[in-house]
Amino acid sequence: MNTAFVFSLAGVALFLTGFHGLIVRAHLLRKIMSLNVMGSGVFLVMGALARRSVDAAPDPVPHALVITGIVVAVASTALAIVLMLRVHAATGRAELPAPDRG
Amino acid sequence: MIERVLVWTLAGVLAAVGTGLGYTVLSLPPVDPGLSEQVAAQLPASGVENPVTAVLLNFRGYDTLLEIAVMSLAVMGIWSLAVMPRRRVGAPGPVLAFLVQVLVPFMILLGAYLLWAGSHEAGGAFQAGAVFAAAMVLVLLAGAPLPSALSHWPLRLLLMLGLMTFAGVGVVMMPLEGRFLEYPPTLAKHLILLVEAAAAVSIGMILASALRGGRPPPEQGS
Repeated sequence: MNTAFVFSLAGVALFLTGFHGLIVRAHLLRKIMSLNVMGSGVFLVMGALARRSVDAAPDPVPHALVITGIVVAVASTALAIVLMLRVHAATGRAELPAPDRG
Repeated sequence: MIERVLVWTLAGVLAAVGTGLGYTVLSLPPVDPGLSEQVAAQLPASGVENPVTAVLLNFRGYDTLLEIAVMSLAVMGIWSLAVMPRRRVGAPGPVLAFLVQVLVPFMILLGAYLLWAGSHEAGGAFQAGAVFAAAMVLVLLAGAPLPSALSHWPLRLLLMLGLMTFAGVGVVMMPLEGRFLEYPPTLAKHLILLVEAAAAVSIGMILASALRGGRPPPEQGS
């Protein structure tokens, strides 16, 4: 297993960590951070898979896609945080309500 | 009881997704040139020497145009949702004041260098825009208010400048080459630099405005 696959599996692990946090955490800021971690995992997988090319120069197309993705993720995170602040201003708390028991 | 079912369901979903992704990743060929050979073959005709910049601004320029559009939409969304919160501005501490004086001019220079270096090394509009945004955020953290002369239409013009320039270049080149965003090879280098300069300024303003958290407050007494 060469280094590209080690990094790709690390990216998959990041994605799963973020996915778990997105489902389990009730606080909205934690959900936003989990989405960012998932995005970082995806970027790592794409960047690592671009290193599989024949000679020293990696494949530039996934690099460009990852640059685009990072910038879009930053803008979306800013919008999500402003939405969370509006939820907090409207309801007084930034958490999803706990599920009713039984 | 229902909680344990949900926990095990989540564990099962995670295991399935993880196994599927891991198997997919590992089943890819260990050596795969991808599109690097095609990019290297077309690189002289693209106007720049760095393959990533060529892909970003020329070969996949449409993606970059849509990306700038997404960032502009994010700013519009943030401005629709909230008004800029009024910051309690005290005097900045001595460390912050000194650092702002030393770092901000250097960061502006560094951003301009990154913008220029994008044509032959790693760099380009987004990297320069991020450094500009960081410089602006540093100045805002030190307590300098947005100059009121910049508040109205200059701010909005700078925010939209990148998108307008990129779309404008794409439309203006259409009679020459027949397709949207098709650069003539002799003009490609200059068009890319123009688009990158406008985009860098816009991206810096967009990121700094997003971190401010809302639209500028309405003028008093207007």
